[in-house]
Amino acid sequence: MDSSSGQPEKPVVSRGLDNFFLDIYSIFQFIKRFFREALRPPLEVKEFIRQCYMVGYKSLALITMTGFITGLVFTKQSRPSLSEFGATSWLPSLIAIAVVRALAPLVTSLICAGKVGSSIGAELASMKVTEQIDAMEVSAINPFKYLVVTRVLATTVCIPILVCYTGLVAMLGSYLDIHLNEHTSFVTFFQNAFKNITFLDFGTTVFKAIAYGFTIGIVGCFQGWRASQGTQGVGKAANVSVVVSMFLIFLEEVVIVQVANAFR
Amino acid sequence: MKNFKPNIDWQDKVIDIKDLFKSFGSNHVLRGISLEVHKGENVVVLGRSGTGKSVLIKIMVGLLSPDSGEVNVLGKEVPTLSVQELRELRLRVGFCFQNGALYDSMTVGENLAFPLKRNTPGISRAKVKEMVANVLDAVGLSQTLDQMPSELSGGQRKRIGIARTLILRPDIMLYDEPTAGLDPITCTEINNLINEVQQRFNTTSIIITHDLTCAKAVGDTIVVMKEGKFIKRGPFDEVFDSNDELIREFYDYNFIQ
Repeated sequence: MDSSSGQPEKPVVSRGLDNFFLDIYSIFQFIKRFFREALRPPLEVKEFIRQCYMVGYKSLALITMTGFITGLVFTKQSRPSLSEFGATSWLPSLIAIAVVRALAPLVTSLICAGKVGSSIGAELASMKVTEQIDAMEVSAINPFKYLVVTRVLATTVCIPILVCYTGLVAMLGSYLDIHLNEHTSFVTFFQNAFKNITFLDFGTTVFKAIAYGFTIGIVGCFQGWRASQGTQGVGKAANVSVVVSMFLIFLEEVVIVQVANAFR
Repeated sequence: MKNFKPNIDWQDKVIDIKDLFKSFGSNHVLRGISLEVHKGENVVVLGRSGTGKSVLIKIMVGLLSPDSGEVNVLGKEVPTLSVQELRELRLRVGFCFQNGALYDSMTVGENLAFPLKRNTPGISRAKVKEMVANVLDAVGLSQTLDQMPSELSGGQRKRIGIARTLILRPDIMLYDEPTAGLDPITCTEINNLINEVQQRFNTTSIIITHDLTCAKAVGDTIVVMKEGKFIKRGPFDEVFDSNDELIREFYDYNFIQ
């Protein structure tokens, strides 16, 4: 049911501020509805698997390349600073800490915000403006459960897996560079690399990845779900999905790092 | 004109709307609409673009909520229905969107099977296949089964949209601008299809349009909408035997007099 008729004609504070608070309220309502629908059986298993394929498998090539290059370049950039102190043997450990704690979750989620978030936003917005969502509704199908719940769950499940994969590939990139320059063996590299990685590091990364995955899914779906103004609305939904997701990912990073550091 | 006598039960009101009001902010779209539709009747709602014709049928299926008024469809007061009750009602009311609203990511066959599979738990694959083939045959587009919506013409999309609605065997069909943007020959095909649906499936229909040829071909009753109100109701010839400026303009434009 719509609530369009209940819109106030005159702004309470200012039009911009009113809209900002209305958006915050709307997204909380949207999240509340997501949990309500997600917890109510049955789950749309087929569509969920299809979305996992789209989010996870279809991102693999891009993630592999980006992860590998990140590890390789980060190693190359760090070597001069460490070699000044004759500490190039610390490279594997330094790279592992950087990759596990920050690079893998951030790089993966930012790439997915661009690739997956924009695609979810545009797809749902295009379905909205061409009345496909209404068509589902009048066919007695719950479009929220079918479209939103499956996509948000897929990003929440797949992005942590992609983050672990990115971490692994980045470490391989780093190993390649270290092996070529310092002639370190594979086993020695990984023994040194994971010497200083704790369960807290790994746990925090997985938690971060879950939070980022949920953010990308929910923001993309929310922007697509409330799209209007024809094709212009589709472009706007895709664009805003990416910008807002990226902003929220950085915000969450700051908060989670602060909390995690308190436990160290 | 119809080449069959519609089976209308004038005692059985399947849609009964009283004093319906709907506004969007300061835009008052519906201003006290009342409408009765009888079982088996094809009612055409005529009016200029933006007068709230589509809003009216969206309220009937609960896609929009009214500000005030009664909306009784198949004995159920739509605005008061729970989510589950609304879902049950929607199975009996088919809604054909202006551009078909076909799911882009599915083939024609999948588009048709989708609502059927979702609303008929336990239905066998063979039965789904058979029902899809039947409705495709009914709209004359059996060859499009494996095509994607993007490969269809405007008229084909509308016919598949009608087929997707028909597959659930609804009691009421709501058509939103079924002939808008189509060439005259395809319009005639759509008009014939609407009549065929009425005759073959004994459905009650509301057809939203501003195409008088369509109205004349499919409508048992015509209602004319102006500024959020119905200003005239009756059979086609009776409605257009009028001096109202809007009705005259409509008639003169459509029949080029």
